[in-house]
Amino acid sequence: MSVARQVGLIAWRSARRTVRQPALVIVPLTFPLLLMAVNSNGLKAATHLPGFPTHSFLSFFLPFSFIQGSLFAASTAGTDLARDIDTGFLNRLALTPLRGTALLAGQLGGAMAQMFVQAFVYLGVGLAFGVHFASGIGGIVVLILLALTIAAGFASAGIWIALRTGNGEAVQSQFPLLFFLVFISSMNLPRNLIEVHWFRVAATLNPVSYMIEGLRSLVITGWNAEALALGFGFAFALVAVALGASALALKKQMART
Amino acid sequence: MATEQGIEARGLVREFKSVHAVRGIDLDVAPGEIYGFLGPNGAGKSTTVHMLTTLLPPTAGTARVAGYDIVEDGPKVRASIGAALQEAALDPWLTGREHLRLQSALHGLPRRDRESRANELLERVGLMRAADRKIQTYSGGMKRRLDLALALVHGPRILFLDEPTTGLDPQSRSALWEEVNRLAREEGVTVFLTTQYLEEADILANRVGIIDHGRIVAEGTPASLKAQIGRPTVEAVPTDPRQLGAVVTVLERFGAPTQGTPGSAAVFLDGKGDLADVVRALDAEGVRIETVQLHAPSLDDVFLAKTGRKLEGDEEPEPAAE
Repeated sequence: MSVARQVGLIAWRSARRTVRQPALVIVPLTFPLLLMAVNSNGLKAATHLPGFPTHSFLSFFLPFSFIQGSLFAASTAGTDLARDIDTGFLNRLALTPLRGTALLAGQLGGAMAQMFVQAFVYLGVGLAFGVHFASGIGGIVVLILLALTIAAGFASAGIWIALRTGNGEAVQSQFPLLFFLVFISSMNLPRNLIEVHWFRVAATLNPVSYMIEGLRSLVITGWNAEALALGFGFAFALVAVALGASALALKKQMART
Repeated sequence: MATEQGIEARGLVREFKSVHAVRGIDLDVAPGEIYGFLGPNGAGKSTTVHMLTTLLPPTAGTARVAGYDIVEDGPKVRASIGAALQEAALDPWLTGREHLRLQSALHGLPRRDRESRANELLERVGLMRAADRKIQTYSGGMKRRLDLALALVHGPRILFLDEPTTGLDPQSRSALWEEVNRLAREEGVTVFLTTQYLEEADILANRVGIIDHGRIVAEGTPASLKAQIGRPTVEAVPTDPRQLGAVVTVLERFGAPTQGTPGSAAVFLDGKGDLADVVRALDAEGVRIETVQLHAPSLDDVFLAKTGRKLEGDEEPEPAAE
């Protein structure tokens, strides 16, 4: 059986079990939208700051929903894999001809499928409430691609944690740290408008800022090569590092001969 | 002596840091044989199964399963075996049928054969009516039966069952025994079964290996193992306690005395007669008997004789593999 077919089977299983757990579908869809609704009203005054790049805080904040959605998809991917280890399901898979690369790619595929659906919902709500894409239809396509790459990066990190700990609760307990990383980014304000020095430095050093800014550029700036290069660059770097670490951890966890 | 369909291990060792889980096991399981691997929790049973199923590389020693080396030919070993490991590892969000589809697809069964194979196995393990229900609605016995079906999906010639009936009710247990027996008898499947239940090993296994602290301490057919450690004992309690002396005198004609319960006389039967002869002799002496019992040696007696401990209720955690 081809690796592609194996990837498809694992992704199918991952997507199916996610769909069958309503909490894993509803929360990632509603929570980012609720936060977007609250912030786009509560922080609207920020658009009056000199140098703020848009008059619509909704347009400014919409890209952050994709980051949040990615984190939820990653949490699901990591927790599912950890449970598979915990329950012995991974051993069941290890006794089949399933390749380790197919297992990782399949888990990622499931997370990306979840993110793909979420992305359309966030986009639909944003467009329905008047968000205008400065980069046009092509920008929407690129935004989805970047969001999927970011989701793959976070999901790889979730998978790595799962393989290291083999425990669903341990995976879930790590995600608040990732949320913290997201909150000390440029999610609420452009970096040049952050007045608190340490926060601006932290946001500048935080790769998540560049992922958000890559997504944001497509909505409010248009085609910004530098922002996109940084956004895709950090997302791909996260995928490469986390997936590499996951592959090493998988060798230990699935130590079949 | 193991042929292509059997299992052969020599000096199999597995260490986890400072813990010696398996300390040099030699095994020969013939094709079509049901081999019972009996021992308390923590004895090294599951670690041995994990090594033989290629899930865990041995620290030392060699083993061949279905004619393939477990270290050098892992994929070939896995293609030849089915395994239901401890705790039925199932996805609570998938149905029984979906498990079988996933498993058969991963084993590379052609698409056209998957559905018929799934139906055949569901029918065989009595889960046809529950096939499209999610696993979270299954009972423990149903999960174990599905686990067995999943292990058989690609038609393996060797089956590893790691404590397959732990936690099952007596009805589910005997249904599973029946199916395992049928597989060995009718299909010639070699079965390597670990258990901590004496009765299970006694009923199912053609041969039994008793493992304790990572070593096999006894091996043979259940009958030969029992014969090794001793003869049956007969114990009698007179209706009138004043006749206990007469009972002792009669029983000692049949063998050496041994410890019985208070108020009884007991002897090892040494071949001079059986239970019927004892009863006739007591009757001839005019001794009225309240109870008379024959105790056949059990595998627990074997375990006790070999290790100095009782098997059931004796346990310690096994590292990593359990």
